[in-house]
Amino acid sequence: MKRSDRATIYFLLLPSLMPIVLLSLFPLLRGMYLGFTDARAGRNVDVTFTGLANYQELLQDDLFWSAFKVGLIWAFGVTVLQFFASLGLALLLNQPLRFRGLARVLALVPWAMPPVVVGILWRLVYHPDAGLLNEVLYRVGADGLRTNWLGDFSTALPAVILVGVWAGMPQTTVVLLAGLQGVPKELHEAAETDGASPWQRFRNVTLPSLMPVIVAITSLDFIWNFNSFGLVYVLTQGGPGGKTMLPMLFAYEEAFRYGNYGYAAALGNVMVLIIVALLAIYLRRRLREANQ
Amino acid sequence: MKRFLQYVALTAYLIFLGFPLVWMLSTSFKPPRELVQLHPSLIPDAPTVNNYVQAFTEQELGRAAFNSLQVSLASALLTVLVALPASYALARFKTRLGTLALGWVLLSQLFPFVLLIIPIFLILREVQLANTHTGLILIYVVWALPFALWMLQGFVRNIPRELEEAASVDGATRLQVLRKVVFPLLAPGVVATALFAFISAWNEFFFALVLLKSPDLATLPVTLARFVGIEGTARLGPLAAGSLLATIPSLLFFAFMQRRLSSGSLAGAVKG
Repeated sequence: MKRSDRATIYFLLLPSLMPIVLLSLFPLLRGMYLGFTDARAGRNVDVTFTGLANYQELLQDDLFWSAFKVGLIWAFGVTVLQFFASLGLALLLNQPLRFRGLARVLALVPWAMPPVVVGILWRLVYHPDAGLLNEVLYRVGADGLRTNWLGDFSTALPAVILVGVWAGMPQTTVVLLAGLQGVPKELHEAAETDGASPWQRFRNVTLPSLMPVIVAITSLDFIWNFNSFGLVYVLTQGGPGGKTMLPMLFAYEEAFRYGNYGYAAALGNVMVLIIVALLAIYLRRRLREANQ
Repeated sequence: MKRFLQYVALTAYLIFLGFPLVWMLSTSFKPPRELVQLHPSLIPDAPTVNNYVQAFTEQELGRAAFNSLQVSLASALLTVLVALPASYALARFKTRLGTLALGWVLLSQLFPFVLLIIPIFLILREVQLANTHTGLILIYVVWALPFALWMLQGFVRNIPRELEEAASVDGATRLQVLRKVVFPLLAPGVVATALFAFISAWNEFFFALVLLKSPDLATLPVTLARFVGIEGTARLGPLAAGSLLATIPSLLFFAFMQRRLSSGSLAGAVKG
């Protein structure tokens, strides 16, 4: 490469790279460092390096363990349900059905909504008095099931998980549908002439060729769900009694309600660690299966 | 029989995905009296557009919509301006930075926002930009940049290099080549990228919640979320109307991008 070319490249790239380094990469590194300090809100506060003190405190913090548990139930619940629901829808949309085009467009709509609006939308559905769900239960004669869905200790988390599934389904469906359309038709036809049943064809033709797409989208979904904030913030703010307190909500409260920056950053570090560990296990397993 | 079951399943899916929306639409047209009645109906008895008028004229929501518009437009413009030269370089010169940019798009997903937001808040406060739209816009641009770069350089790649070479053989200067050949062909890509940046700013909630402390600076999602806490049942109408209005820009974006989205090529474009 010519010298002048190199100069041109850097000249063209600089306006993009500088902000990314200054306002994304550098803050991220500093944020991870803060997790090992006693940083607190307020001006002119001394920050001292405290090593693993934050993490020792986390281990003894009941609220952390509860947020951690809720976070895992939420992330696994949403990701798994979302995957099966989306796979079903994608398989349907891949069939030569009537109104398929219309259905494809309609299926995208939840994706187009800001998370805050999705939260408000489902608050309207779950509303104890003016809500759709309770009214439907009343109309079908299941009056006894009416409840304050988001306010009840036992229903809050499942109710919130359902909203997570609803909100994330379109994206997962689109990705899986694209994957399905990439499955070679000849393979299907060959399997059919060999007398394979639809289930066998799905199991032995569709699924293996779809596997890379499935691994990618479920991994991403899991990361997004584990780190999600806005949706549940609007729905329940972590309530009732911390039943839907996701790790991010907990970290937000620690940082911006109580001003414990160091502690909140430590929590962020733990979240990264958990995600990386879980992904490593998942991806290794998939790789081993693929190699067999 | 099999077809029939498939239609049943498809209908069930569409009801699950669509019905909550229909309900919000219905709520947004209900007068206060119908919102508090014991058994709400799907179709309002006496539909009214009052909720929309209220959402529009009510000081806070109107101002929030204006704030959102301002912030999102500025973010979109800046993102494209900054990304354009870099994406050209990434597409036309062999450099490892392209792979790095994509790697960063993926890697940055891993980190919870809380790790970013505290240092960003401290930095912005240092330079007197905390609690300003300028500060928020900067963050939105940086946050949209990696993906915008990736998108735009794809569009640049689609412009045949031969076109540029032909123009320069004909005696056009480098700048003329860019202005007369590359930019006109790049217009759809620029529009798509700008829309992407606009929507991610328009929908964003967490950074706006933390960085903007004054209520009169708040963006639409933050203001709507604040309404949620204090709503009485009678306030649900304007809330539903405001929420629907807040969805319109992204709905238009999705209508525009529908073809690309269903082909899956941009499926990672908008984070859920």
